[in-house]
Amino acid sequence: MTLTLDPSKALPKQGPAPKAKPRGGALDPFFEALCAASATALLAALCGVLVSLAIGGWPAFHKFGLHFFTISSWNPVTEVYGAAGPIVGTLITSFLALLFSLPVAFGVAVFLVEFCPSVLRRPIGTAVELLAGIPSIVYGMWGLFVLAPWFALHVQVPLLLLAPPGSLLEKLTSGIPNGANILTASLILAIMILPFMAAVLRDLFLTIPAQVRESAYGLGGNTVEVILSVSLPYIKRSAVGAIMLGLGRALGETMAVTFIIGNSHAFPKNLFDSGSTIASTIANEFNEATTEMHTSALIALGLVLFMITFAVLAIARTLLGRPKVV
Amino acid sequence: MRSQMLIARRKAANVVFVGFCWLATIIALGALAAILLSLLKEGVGGMNLKIFTLDTPAPGSDGGLRNAILGSIMMCAIAMLIAVVVGVLAGTWLAEYAGDSAYGKVVRFVNDVLLSAPSILIGLFIYELLVKPLHGFSGYAGSVALAFLATPVITRTTEDVLKLQPAALREAGVALGSPLASTIRRVLWRAGQTGILTGGLLAFARISGETAPLLFTALNNQFFSLNMTKPMANLPSVIFNYALSAYDDWRRLAWAGALVIAAAVLSINIIARTLARETRRS
Repeated sequence: MTLTLDPSKALPKQGPAPKAKPRGGALDPFFEALCAASATALLAALCGVLVSLAIGGWPAFHKFGLHFFTISSWNPVTEVYGAAGPIVGTLITSFLALLFSLPVAFGVAVFLVEFCPSVLRRPIGTAVELLAGIPSIVYGMWGLFVLAPWFALHVQVPLLLLAPPGSLLEKLTSGIPNGANILTASLILAIMILPFMAAVLRDLFLTIPAQVRESAYGLGGNTVEVILSVSLPYIKRSAVGAIMLGLGRALGETMAVTFIIGNSHAFPKNLFDSGSTIASTIANEFNEATTEMHTSALIALGLVLFMITFAVLAIARTLLGRPKVV
Repeated sequence: MRSQMLIARRKAANVVFVGFCWLATIIALGALAAILLSLLKEGVGGMNLKIFTLDTPAPGSDGGLRNAILGSIMMCAIAMLIAVVVGVLAGTWLAEYAGDSAYGKVVRFVNDVLLSAPSILIGLFIYELLVKPLHGFSGYAGSVALAFLATPVITRTTEDVLKLQPAALREAGVALGSPLASTIRRVLWRAGQTGILTGGLLAFARISGETAPLLFTALNNQFFSLNMTKPMANLPSVIFNYALSAYDDWRRLAWAGALVIAAAVLSINIIARTLARETRRS
């Protein structure tokens, strides 16, 4: 039997076969739009925060103008609101916290990378990371019930007794010796941002290629020389970013500070004086604000905080890139 | 002679530096241990079964934190529901669709800023958005505020996890004729599910201790209530109020509550990290 080819039974000529639509392909653009919408929601959230704070704070800005930043009286009775006290309080506590925290965080990071016995490296590293996650209210309670009484008893009272009346020391240490002041608030903030900064700095040190460090050691450098003149310059840019990230956290920290800063709106005269920060003022007064101007002034404060932290975080992000979350 | 002095000086500098690093670590661990120890010491004293079975009391009477714990769990659950949906989708868009586009870069930047934005500002925003127009504090407003804090974490981890998946997975999907949406849902999400779960747990740990955004959204409630359209009790607010009160029994409850929160947050964090390590290993 021979194979017959019947031309009439061959496939009809139609040009290229039609492209099969994948099943469910119609959902594709819908899914992409859904994802894009979610991403846009994030952008909308940030813009929403900005716009709502601007609208809510407008009456206060309108009434006080630039004086809002220079008046240091915050008086719900006379309806005069000046943000100088809280703004200065925020900046002082944050910078002091950074000042206390940075050397220690740097020491911890170097210790973990260079000197730590390898058995302890994982546990200490994990402990530091975990402590960065403890809620701030816990730090606040510790500050209020443990640190403040200790500080009052062992630092403030002796200093008060020691300082001769009229001297500079007396001026610097005057204030009610109850431990609730700008200095203790800064200490709590420093302890809070310490694990966070130590973890980021350690990760930065770990990005330095082994060859770079080893060649520095090979040239005869000892540890301090290698760290300070090779490792540190290598990560300089990102390290500044990490510091800014820590500053950003300290600026916006609310609960821990509210517990311990003493909450007075006057311009702080010295470090042993009670004060307030923007966040602590909002947390304390927002629900008790009865007049519209009071609420508006608090929201205006929020806008100031938003501007400051946004600038700091933007710089941090630019310098640091994207630190890992986990 | 001079070179010997130089060597001696360098050696001394090194010893000082090494000593400083040891000291810094001891100070840091000491401070953090002190906090945990006082938390244990003060918290365990007030810890008993009543914490979980009785509601927040009037000063002087017997009570626990049941309504606050339940309120916190409910608000966090709803917040996580919102945050997981929005966060996973946004992270997917950043990883799979955005590429190097300018808009993608803007969203990435915004997300990183939101990651460390002050939580009290989120509270103010939700107050203006939901509480003031609807004339009332509510559990839902608290949930939305918490969702705003959790979403950036999930977005970021989802994006990172999806970017780690090999291009071959996507190509295999295309080769099988599957639409991109199906490839993402059925292949990429499944491949990255542990990572996404880790991000979810981290976000959950973060919001469960947050106080500031709840102060002006969920407010607080001293009674047991499951109605989320009304002010709702929550653990952080109760701790805040009780810790600043003048009553000893309220303060004891505050410490016990702080211990409950810290223990919960720490264990969620440990689970998340263990998961992350397992995935990295495999």
